[in-house]
Amino acid sequence: MFRSGRMLAVAQKEVFHILRDPRTLMIIFILPVLQLVIFGYAMNMELRRVPLLVEDLEKNSLTREITLRFVNSGYFSVIESRGSGLQPDEPLRSRIAQASLCFPPDFGNSRSDLQLTIDASDPNTAQLIQAYASAIINKYAAENGSILDIRPLIMFNPDLKSSFFFVPGLIAMILVMVCALLTSISISSEKEVGTLEQVMVSPVSPTEILLGKVIPYILLGLMDALLILAVGILLFHVPFRGNFIIFLGFTLLYILTALCLGLMVSTIAKTQQAAMMMAMAITLLPTMLLSGFIFPISSMPKILQVVTYIVPARYYLQIIRGIMLKGNSIAQLYQAGLSLLVMSVVMMLVAVKRFRLKIQ
Amino acid sequence: MMVIEAAGLSITYGESKAIDNLELQIPPGIVYGIIGPDGAGKTSLIRAFCTLLSHYQGTIKVLGFDAAQQAKTIRAAIGYMPQRFSLYQDLTVQQNIMFFARLFRVTKAEREKRLELLYRFSRLQPFAKRLAGNLSGGMKQKLALSCALIHTPRLLILDEPTFGVDPVSRLEFWQILHELKAEGISIVVSTPYMDEAEKCDLICLLHKGRILQEGTPRQILASWQNHLYSLTGSDLHTLFGFIQTKLPGSELQLFGNEIHLSCEQEIWEEQFRAWQQEFHGLESWNNIAPSMEDVFLAVMKSDTN
Amino acid sequence: MIQTKALTKRFGSFTAVDKLDLEIVAGEIFGFLGANGAGKTTTIRILCGLLRPSSGLVRVNGLDIIKQSDRVKQSIGYMSQRFSLYPDLKARENLEFYAGIYGTRYKQALANTSELLELFGLNRELDKLTSDLPMGFKQRLSLVCALVHDPPLVFLDEPTSGVDPQARREFWQVISTLAGKGKTVIVSTHYMDEAEYCNRVMIMQQGRDVASGKPAGLKQRYKVEKMQDLFVKVLEESGVQIG
Repeated sequence: MFRSGRMLAVAQKEVFHILRDPRTLMIIFILPVLQLVIFGYAMNMELRRVPLLVEDLEKNSLTREITLRFVNSGYFSVIESRGSGLQPDEPLRSRIAQASLCFPPDFGNSRSDLQLTIDASDPNTAQLIQAYASAIINKYAAENGSILDIRPLIMFNPDLKSSFFFVPGLIAMILVMVCALLTSISISSEKEVGTLEQVMVSPVSPTEILLGKVIPYILLGLMDALLILAVGILLFHVPFRGNFIIFLGFTLLYILTALCLGLMVSTIAKTQQAAMMMAMAITLLPTMLLSGFIFPISSMPKILQVVTYIVPARYYLQIIRGIMLKGNSIAQLYQAGLSLLVMSVVMMLVAVKRFRLKIQ
Repeated sequence: MMVIEAAGLSITYGESKAIDNLELQIPPGIVYGIIGPDGAGKTSLIRAFCTLLSHYQGTIKVLGFDAAQQAKTIRAAIGYMPQRFSLYQDLTVQQNIMFFARLFRVTKAEREKRLELLYRFSRLQPFAKRLAGNLSGGMKQKLALSCALIHTPRLLILDEPTFGVDPVSRLEFWQILHELKAEGISIVVSTPYMDEAEKCDLICLLHKGRILQEGTPRQILASWQNHLYSLTGSDLHTLFGFIQTKLPGSELQLFGNEIHLSCEQEIWEEQFRAWQQEFHGLESWNNIAPSMEDVFLAVMKSDTN
Repeated sequence: MIQTKALTKRFGSFTAVDKLDLEIVAGEIFGFLGANGAGKTTTIRILCGLLRPSSGLVRVNGLDIIKQSDRVKQSIGYMSQRFSLYPDLKARENLEFYAGIYGTRYKQALANTSELLELFGLNRELDKLTSDLPMGFKQRLSLVCALVHDPPLVFLDEPTSGVDPQARREFWQVISTLAGKGKTVIVSTHYMDEAEYCNRVMIMQQGRDVASGKPAGLKQRYKVEKMQDLFVKVLEESGVQIG
């Protein structure tokens, strides 16, 4: 028979549990605030400081004026070309700029056309770039009673397909989340269940244990990556313009980084649950918001931009978009790869240091 | 050479001292029991011997090696069975044993030999393919013991190995321990069960981090200087009250259908008869031998005083 | 107080309790001894109303366990030291909670248990966090929580595991006093010595009663001196392999 007195006794007890558990309080108060701040600042559909390469083959007052307009707009961060006669897509391929504007020789006299080359591996931003750049140019033209002919060249994703955009991003996000989750519970579960104590008393070293735990997951992670890649290519027709071996190599590096992240979490968290929550928190949100997956990093406030440097997905996104859409080779990717390597090593060292085979 | 030597050993956790300036020397080839209730410091002591503690004061030598400096050497030569079941529930019996064999780098040839031997001891062969999680309490203990023995250690250290295990399996387990001793393995066991103390060759009584007494079980039982009587009656509670008024300083304990009376002086036959005259509820009285628990309590008491 | 007739419990094809006849009188301290899987835990769960019997009669405190299970639960106290206290609640709050779920007002609960709280020295510790209490106090608090609603019947599950001998003796003093006042106490334990505190014990094997009676009487019958030896002898004679 239902008795309200009993129900209230249970309710009262729950209140005590809630008030005395720091985790619950954090979830109720701190997490929402954090999310609001990050979402609010990272979520940005506006254009700001997009790197724009200006190749001025004429160099007259007209081109200077127009260039100045771009500089003052705030939407673009103008990079002056050193005029080495590179192909227009090269700077985009190596991520020096996201768009480039080329004034042809004799611009303003016999010619009134400008070449606007846009990196459309992020089609949303590409459309914005096209719109804003056109607006700036057309405004100038209207004010001066002239007509300027904008010739847009959409690179890497001519049909502005969104699948080209989100599939690489998904690979990055899924991989980091899955791999970090897998290893995060590997140590904390042994701590919780108690099996760690038995293993500790053998001559095994912390490094042997940690490395031994990472190995099977490397293979699993790789299989996962190939699976998602296959679906992306076969189902969504995302191109694969780069070298497959290079892709494997860099993906392996990324997987390693994610696994080390999980290991590090595992040595910090005391329970499996805590480890899983930490792993999710560190991978899901930052990857979605701060890696450049959806929202351009250049549009974020400086503080957040700094934070993105420690988000592994930021580097892998460059790599995977570079390989799949731009056909990048090692030359354009090694820096991102190096960053991932450094991150892995640092996190592994932290994990080894924390993973003492003694009871405190 | 002593298998374990501890000198000036103190273990502190924050504010509390788990082990307080302890001296201990355990000779080889015997079953040594560390007897004490929960909170006495047994697990801390055992962990220190197994080189699992990061901080302690004093020195510990296991098999002649220093626990702080030569931990790896020690770990290769001892077998450890922790208090909680510490094996992989989702691996089979055989997989668990094999894992630890490889961890201890037992060679392939050795492995086969050891496995056969261990299966003979533990009679776990018919369960080789069963998941460890599906074993009964007693079998889990035997499996844990097998894993601790796979690398032929000279010293076996067990922390409350029979905790929560049914009496039959407990008996079996102790038989196995004595068989191991016959093979020359030194064994150090900790237990809160006073009755298991009598199954050891040498014991020490541990309380609040200090050793109260050490000796063979017989010596310790003999050291008890009080007298213990068992009294029966129709109404034990009133009898209890009655005896309390007669001997206010004595220890009285109700045990189901009898009262145990413990006091320093002997109580003569005449005294009992006189009481019976006064209180007809007293039916019988008998001199009885003390149990290890009685001795422990007495030692604990005089230690506090 | 408790009567069972031909109590049987089957899990699929496995018979956990096999036609058990049990009679426990009020004011008695009764012990269930046995290996795991012998049926002792299952029997106790049935008596507590946690499991339905497959067949047979069970009456607790004059009530039918199936038809009047709510009232039966109200007349039982259960002490399982390892699980029943919430470590992040204060001692007082644990008491309040248990009083609440047994439908007893906190004031009434305090009145019911005031003597006990005084005796145990828990009065002074009520505002402490349960996780900060030493083992002995946790055990005592656990018992008090089982008695907040002044039940005529109390189940103790391994009540003195992990407690030092002195606290153990004191605990059993209290139990004996409770029994003296008419409360029925049922104990389930692995610790053979604990059987000595009981008025009667039952050793179960394969769901059946293989030996029951007063400890002293059983020891005499099987010609052994200690309870552990009794256990072994009984099981040997009932056909179980030892060693």
